[in-house]
Amino acid sequence: MAEIQIKNVAKAFGSYTALHDINLTIADQEFMVLLGASGCGKTTLLRIVAGLETATTGEVWIGGRRVDHLPPKDRGIAMVFQNYAVFPHLTVFENIGFGLRMKKLPEAEVKRRVERTATLMHIEQLLGRYSGELSGGQRQRVAVARALAMEPDVILMDEPLSNLDALLRLEMRAELKGVLAESKTTAIYVTHDQVEAMSLADRISVMHQGRIVQADKPVAIYRNPAAEFVAGFIGNPPMNFLPADPRGDGKWMVAGQVIDGPTHSGALKFAIRPEDVKLGDHGLPATVRLVEPLGAHLLVTCDVGGTLFRAVLDSDLSLKLGDTLTLTPQGDRQRWFDPATTLAVA
Amino acid sequence: MSPRYLPYILILPVTLFLCAFFLYPFLLVARQAFLSDGGYSLQNFRETMGYWKFSISLQNTMLLALAVVPVQVSLALLMATMVSRMKKGRDLVLYIWTIPLGISDLAAGIIWFAIFEQSGFLNSMLTGLGVIDKPAVLLGYQNPLLVFIAIALAEIWRATAIMLVILVAGIGLIPKEYYEAAEVFGASPWQRFLRITLPLLRPSLQTALILRVVLAFEVFAVVVALGGTLFPVMMGQIYSYQFDLQNAGGAAALALVVLAISIAFTLVILRALRVPKGATI
Ligand SMILES: Nc1ncnc2c1ncn2[C@@H]1O[C@H](COP(=O)(O)OP(=O)(O)OP(=O)(O)O)[C@@H](O)[C@H]1O
Ligand SMILES: [Mg+2]
Repeated sequence: MAEIQIKNVAKAFGSYTALHDINLTIADQEFMVLLGASGCGKTTLLRIVAGLETATTGEVWIGGRRVDHLPPKDRGIAMVFQNYAVFPHLTVFENIGFGLRMKKLPEAEVKRRVERTATLMHIEQLLGRYSGELSGGQRQRVAVARALAMEPDVILMDEPLSNLDALLRLEMRAELKGVLAESKTTAIYVTHDQVEAMSLADRISVMHQGRIVQADKPVAIYRNPAAEFVAGFIGNPPMNFLPADPRGDGKWMVAGQVIDGPTHSGALKFAIRPEDVKLGDHGLPATVRLVEPLGAHLLVTCDVGGTLFRAVLDSDLSLKLGDTLTLTPQGDRQRWFDPATTLAVA
Repeated sequence: MSPRYLPYILILPVTLFLCAFFLYPFLLVARQAFLSDGGYSLQNFRETMGYWKFSISLQNTMLLALAVVPVQVSLALLMATMVSRMKKGRDLVLYIWTIPLGISDLAAGIIWFAIFEQSGFLNSMLTGLGVIDKPAVLLGYQNPLLVFIAIALAEIWRATAIMLVILVAGIGLIPKEYYEAAEVFGASPWQRFLRITLPLLRPSLQTALILRVVLAFEVFAVVVALGGTLFPVMMGQIYSYQFDLQNAGGAAALALVVLAISIAFTLVILRALRVPKGATI
């Protein structure tokens, strides 16, 4: 049992606050992905869980035990560092076996585990090499293998696949997910690749400027973003936003059209994903500004009431610049955000 | 100008300088060592190495190096680790610890002589405390061990800082992420020192050790100040051949012997602390 609880954790570096009041519970055996833009505090949070950084305030619990005063080695964790930290004076074998030898496991067991994890990461033919003789991606896989070999309760991975080519990354992703599920390991996985986050995560925590904006299942994050930031960050192309003026009784004026929405005082923003609009007879009037064929679909950038608006449409359509379209938003996919708080309004 | 020749042209001035002021005098000394009675022979080596004082001074020099260098390495490593861990005031501590570097070896010898001589600091303290009733001759022929200890202490005090400086720079070059990784994977502070610091410090340790060992074989002024003739060392022998006995050939021969020993030890150190092929440190 290794549930991770992060309670009211804040971290300041001098006068700069890198993390504000983080609260997050990661269930036993859950695969939690931390997703966020560069500099939002992902690594800092991971290092606090690992014990390499001390939180300014707050508590960290792992497996029902308060660990924030314990050194890293007593927390039952293993970590993949963002910059790999593969020891340059040791061979790949010695690197992967480092933690096992520190635990004084019998040499036969060390060999067995090193070879197993190396095979898993497809680096079994590199075991005799030094880190200076490896490519960046190979080094990164050594770092992952070193953490997996520990068979820890909790594994912390800081962008562990960022340096692999697309194909290898896809393969490693699947293997990683399989191994961790099989070994019942609780995982925190940092990435800024949202596709990776979507495909791996049991739950995703979206971070923004030192805060967790939303922590939920991938589909929920995608469908029901809790804040404007999440809506704009997740999804490629991101969600469209249009200003909405209140007309009373849950009626809203969006780009000259009246649309049913929530009852709310003050202005709102209307939001819809590009793939959730259809060509129709009534809806938002749009002027085509750019057409990008994506193979299966057309990505059409339009002007809707003076705001840029993207729509993913059928690739059989023949559209040209300046065409006017009517885009019908799918009713159950419409979302509303309060510009004052940037939060979603139901 | 062809870029192929550029590096050679750039190192030309320093090469000329080294040839004029190091290689040429060295060749002169080497020639002198093998020259006696108008012909080339090993006569100078036979004479100087056969003299009874040769083996005792060689033995003394080696013993001193053996006593001093390991202590200096350990101390320098300890001090360098401590300094590197400090967050505040580290420069100040480093400056204070390196003050002895700025003092010439003869001056250092005289300072320690002032401590150990009959009317010196140590004697006054011991009599003042009533440990002994009257000042004793500490650095006399009656106390060869004490003479040796005084010289060793002075050498340690004087020349540990040079290793310290090199090792502090070396430790500073080791990225902190390796320590963090080692910590996460269960290495205790002592294990981190053994498994991360020491191996990654090999290049600096090599430099520091070679420098110290070679300088230890050249120990002279401190010995003169503290031991006088009680503790003959190689450099002292060379000095007396050159200036007391006016035997330049003998001095040159002994100088070459010291050089050969230094080179031998340098090779041993390079080999012992070599970085495995392929490992980039
Ligand atoms: N030791 C430190 N001292 C001062 N500021 C720091 C320190 N470590 C991190 N920061 C700051 O804290 C913020 C969060 O850094 P962090 O490394 O956690 O970002 P990240 O989300 O991991 O980014 P990336 O995706 O680029 O790795 C950054 O603005 C960074 O400049
Ligand atoms: Mg990071």
